[in-house]
Amino acid sequence: MNDTVVKVESVFKKFGSNQVLRGVSLEVGRGEVLCVIGPSGSGKSTLLRCLNHLETIDAGRIYIDSNLIGYRQSGDTLYELHPRDAAKQRREIGMVFQSFNLFAHLTVLENVIQAPITVGKVARAQAIEEAKELIARVGLTAKLDSYPAELSGGQQQRVAIARALAMKPKLMLFDEPTSALDPELVGEVLDVMRDLADSGMTMIVVTHEIGFAREVGDSLIFMDAGEIIESGSPRDVLANPQQPRTREFLSKVL
Amino acid sequence: MTQNSNFKQEASEQGPSVAVFYAIKAKKLRHPVRAILAAALILLALVVAVDAAYRPAYDWPSVGKYLFDHRVLEAMINTVQLTVFSMIIAIVLGALLAIMRLSSNGVLRTIAWFYLWVFRGTPVYVQLVFWGLIAVIYQNMSIGLPFAEPIFSWQTKAALNAFTLAIVGLALNEAAYMAEIVRAGLLSVDRGQEEAAKALGFSWWQTIWNIILPQAMKVIIPPTGNELISMLKTTSLVTAVPYSFDLYARTHDIAAETFNPIPLLIVASIWYLAITTLLMIAQHFLERRFDKGQRFGAGRSFSAGRNFGSGRNFGAGRNFGRGRNSTRSQVR
Repeated sequence: MNDTVVKVESVFKKFGSNQVLRGVSLEVGRGEVLCVIGPSGSGKSTLLRCLNHLETIDAGRIYIDSNLIGYRQSGDTLYELHPRDAAKQRREIGMVFQSFNLFAHLTVLENVIQAPITVGKVARAQAIEEAKELIARVGLTAKLDSYPAELSGGQQQRVAIARALAMKPKLMLFDEPTSALDPELVGEVLDVMRDLADSGMTMIVVTHEIGFAREVGDSLIFMDAGEIIESGSPRDVLANPQQPRTREFLSKVL
Repeated sequence: MTQNSNFKQEASEQGPSVAVFYAIKAKKLRHPVRAILAAALILLALVVAVDAAYRPAYDWPSVGKYLFDHRVLEAMINTVQLTVFSMIIAIVLGALLAIMRLSSNGVLRTIAWFYLWVFRGTPVYVQLVFWGLIAVIYQNMSIGLPFAEPIFSWQTKAALNAFTLAIVGLALNEAAYMAEIVRAGLLSVDRGQEEAAKALGFSWWQTIWNIILPQAMKVIIPPTGNELISMLKTTSLVTAVPYSFDLYARTHDIAAETFNPIPLLIVASIWYLAITTLLMIAQHFLERRFDKGQRFGAGRSFSAGRNFGSGRNFGAGRNFGRGRNSTRSQVR
């Protein structure tokens, strides 16, 4: 449980003149669930997108399983990775989006097997077998041949989780996975995520679900204006915030 | 089930006392102006038709005689071949150009832009004349290294006949227009689709081929059908190459022998119309097939992606780059 999966060292990122991340550092151990909370625009999502190199960073280092993300370091020199190699790094990092982003032209089963077949070069029969297991795990066996538009938001997000798991990632990133859902559908997605956490998956979850963070998170960070303001065990931070900005935020969401 | 039907029975026994239904039995609204207009138009059409039937200049017996003339039929087949072959090349090349324009590779982007600039910026007729003169401009074509003895060499005139040149000319011009259609299709696919594929480890090509292009088809197909129909008629310009065995040039030549151009114009028009009609029917079925995509394209994941996408994605995605974002904002 003690080895580190994610290591972020003072990462800076700006979009134009907007400094979105100002020296973010954190570590996530294997099997750990890190929840990230904070007001919108605080850089939570950007941080997540930097972790799998969907965004490039301006300064700092990100290591996943001791591999530098997006670059190759030789001595003091950094070399940009070829897109092919950046893509290879992303295979090991699953990502779940706020807006699901299921492939609209593919059925549930096809959504889940597409990446293993195309990217992982897994045989189709094997991919289908594994996909069916994953889809059963998120409770959607009855919807194998449905198209995304025929599913509720909660069901779509569960398929999206299964799709990400199909690549057998070491790390799962959740970018506000329940924020686009109707309130009555939030629970089913959180249940799937809770099961996943119980199974020992390393997860980083950007969320507004304070209850989930308290219950499932092993650690929690509060971000504001591109910085980590406070971090610690979810119970401590949520029950007894030390920083005024954390207190202010929590008073609004709790 | 039984409970349900019992319940229904009860309800109907109680009948009007529970719920009163006022069935709609209204008199249909009348449209007298429409009726008069339609009658007037039918009358007008009849007058024109009867007049045309007896007007000697149309020379209907000649129309009948030449409609299935073997020269005309062969020319019709040539026209169809010109249309089909040049459209196939244009679609493939156009897709390639569209993908090049959206690539992160600046060299490819520039090549595609230059191609479009030249081939959209000059009339197709002028281009066809140029292709006709290619054998004069480049007498020989050879494969080999510069400044060395060529490995293979052909005489241009022998290698490229007028039919081939006509196809090349039509296809290269059309490819520029197809490129814009395909590009619009690729841009119509939600950004989130590309991001999701990328996050799963898809390469750029795998993303385009497996995720973006299939979803772009429903936007690409209807205008491509229009281009196909338009191409059928543009083939009448190949006389500029000069190629003279297509439907228009052939009927024109026959008319020159008989000194009777009008019936042969009618013959050509009838065939163009007949083929267009077939193409329209084919297009109808093709669009209905891709209606499936339409239904799913309007799905939930898309609307959600749109709502949140613009805020979160700023500066993202160098691959599709500025072209994508700017086109979007224009559309909006």
